[in-house]
Amino acid sequence: MNNIVKKFLPQILAILFVVLIFGFLTINAQTNMDNRGIDFGFGFLSQESSFDVQFSLIEYSGSDSYARAFLVGLLNTLLVSFISIIFCTILGVIIGVARLSSNYLIKNSAAWYVEFFRNIPLLLQIFFWYYAALRALPLPEKANAWFGVTYMTVKGYYIPSMVWENLNVFLYCGLAAIISIIILRNYANNLRDNKGKQIPVLLYSLAILIILPLLSFLIGGVSLDFELPQLKKLSKISYIYEGGISLPPELIALVLALSLYTSTFVAECVRAGIEGVSKGQKEAAASVGLTPNQVLKLVIMPQALRIIIPPTTNQYLNLTKNSSLAAAIAYPDLVLVFAGTALMQTGKAIEIVSITMLTYLTISLTIAAIMNWYNKKIEIKEK
Amino acid sequence: MQAINFLKPNRDNIKNYSIIGSVLILISLIDVISNAFLKTNLTSFLPGSLTTLFPLILGLIGLNMMRIDYSGNKTLDLLNKNINTNNFNALLTLLILFSIIKALPPSLSWMIFDANISGDSKDACTGTGACWTYIKVWFRRFMYGMYPNEFHWRINTAFILVIALGFVGYFMKENLKKYLALYYVIIYPIIAYLVIYYLISGGSFGLQWVETGAWGGLSLTFIVSFFCLIFCFPLGMIFALGRRSNLPVIKYISICYIEFWRGVPLITVLFMSSVMFPMFLPEDFFMDKLVRVIIAITLFEAAYCAEVIRGGLQSLPRGQYDAAKSLGMGYWKMHIFVILPQALKLVIPGIANTFLALVKDTPLIFVVGLAELAGMLALAKTNPKWLGFAMEGYIFASIIFWIICYAMSKYSYNLEAKYKTER
Repeated sequence: MNNIVKKFLPQILAILFVVLIFGFLTINAQTNMDNRGIDFGFGFLSQESSFDVQFSLIEYSGSDSYARAFLVGLLNTLLVSFISIIFCTILGVIIGVARLSSNYLIKNSAAWYVEFFRNIPLLLQIFFWYYAALRALPLPEKANAWFGVTYMTVKGYYIPSMVWENLNVFLYCGLAAIISIIILRNYANNLRDNKGKQIPVLLYSLAILIILPLLSFLIGGVSLDFELPQLKKLSKISYIYEGGISLPPELIALVLALSLYTSTFVAECVRAGIEGVSKGQKEAAASVGLTPNQVLKLVIMPQALRIIIPPTTNQYLNLTKNSSLAAAIAYPDLVLVFAGTALMQTGKAIEIVSITMLTYLTISLTIAAIMNWYNKKIEIKEK
Repeated sequence: MQAINFLKPNRDNIKNYSIIGSVLILISLIDVISNAFLKTNLTSFLPGSLTTLFPLILGLIGLNMMRIDYSGNKTLDLLNKNINTNNFNALLTLLILFSIIKALPPSLSWMIFDANISGDSKDACTGTGACWTYIKVWFRRFMYGMYPNEFHWRINTAFILVIALGFVGYFMKENLKKYLALYYVIIYPIIAYLVIYYLISGGSFGLQWVETGAWGGLSLTFIVSFFCLIFCFPLGMIFALGRRSNLPVIKYISICYIEFWRGVPLITVLFMSSVMFPMFLPEDFFMDKLVRVIIAITLFEAAYCAEVIRGGLQSLPRGQYDAAKSLGMGYWKMHIFVILPQALKLVIPGIANTFLALVKDTPLIFVVGLAELAGMLALAKTNPKWLGFAMEGYIFASIIFWIICYAMSKYSYNLEAKYKTER
């Protein structure tokens, strides 16, 4: 009897507590909305949004619905996260490896880089790049060409856009190259396991990767043109670049701040991963006659990656969540477009904030679920 | 005498090699330094890009000549081991050295030599460097926000009192030490709240009322992070225990809570607190914006705190639980007297890291209209009398935050090292 009470009483109380809180909040919300004449519902999503978004990946105008505005914001969030993840990974790996260098100067520069960028709040870094550093850039008419064809101006970064002919042939060739590389790898692994023969897979793969797309240009009728940004006079003092792709300064500031900030955390993950592989592993591998490259590829990396990947994915998730700081410098991401402008226009606070939070929650939980599955797969199976 | 082999230096000619090598390196350094500081190009007689690459090539040859294994010279061996193990390393060494030399003069002259600090208006800034006058004039605003100047002593006193009360634990007598946890978890937050309420807010004891809208600057950052920390710790503890509970309902409620807050960005939580939360409050019930923000950040950070504390609970060996149970202790007795004292000691570094993240997150309250340091900077930046000093402002704020965060991260690192050795 005593045991049953001990088991069920706390649980019943907990349920009661949660139900009471939610009930209290719902009743309050109901009365508040009744008083202000607001009704709850998601019908507004199909209404005309009648606001413009400065930068969008898909066609969007004021006559489109709020649902499409949501999509625009989501795509912009994903775009900035994706670019920043690529840059922060590259930087993070370089810095992480540099921290383990035997060179005193390199080791310490890397350590100071990490200490410097991770101890300044991200918001301040974004503000610094956007309001201070990028504002010091030249006006469009005074900009010098970088690499001959791109222009870094105060209004954004202008790069040439690619104009493809028969793009699908090129894509098929790329796909074929990837498939043949996978087949080659499997074949090479089989050969090594069964007959003990080694073939230079990397060299062959590179050759395939270069030759097949090249063939598509020569035989498949694929051609590639670049549309260069051209300086155009708008009025007496105002110039603008036309053609090509323009990356707005908000995007650049965000990518810079996010990738510099997150790269310090990635660097720490990489360092911990490489340090986590015990020295004996390296010595054992060398003593059975593997070359230094093979030691790295076959012994160190597989073990280090097992330590590196879970915390690094966590950092990518943080980066995606941090990209919501975009709202502070008016980059049209999910928070600014949907929880900012759309909320201001419709006044549907509860619906819009819930949708925004649920979207981020979905992204986080999906990636977390994938990570759990991956961890289960790669964990060391002890016999 | 053996002919000097440039490509393969050896021990026999160590003197020749080291002298020629160091002379070459010296020349390359002189070239770079004169380029950077005196703006004179010593190698202008060389064609094109060779003059920029000249010091690099010279330095590389020099370092190559000095690379002698087991030379017997201690300094040389130390140098070779640390910065000159192979050609690639030597190249990186030179590149880092040269870029430091190149970057020094412009940044030094901008920050110090060409900068202005005198005067109290924009006109005082005539130099090409930074205008620290701007920081000087706005300093009080950056620290205290719009809080009336004559009452700044109230903020200072409140902070000193709160910090002094925080150190009580160090001076407490041995027989009172058992009440320390009670003090820090329950009594201290209440006292701190009262001190800040009556001193900073005012309204009684003859102190003038200052509404929270006027609070701001760095002091607001401290107030927000302080309250969030002391409130999120007990809340996190509850959810950490809940997540490890055997009772399924409590376990899943805790998991839902933790995963929900960890899955959303803080900025949406702040939006929630400012636009959605008022809808959920009873009619005619007004809650100050600052209080709402503190509640929101507390709920958010409690989830992170819970995960850190759970880590500590998990790392305790099972034997501790079994031993406590075999003594006939119940759930609460076991946790209060055996488990939590050990687990909490283990998680102090983790909590310090959470607090660090919290301090770095507080500038975000700017997006809901509370003017802490970042907010004050945005305000000062758009002031028509002080246009165009965004750079100085952000560098100043970065330096302040960097010092705070760096000190805290070093402290937590030390704590980690300390507790590691004790176990």
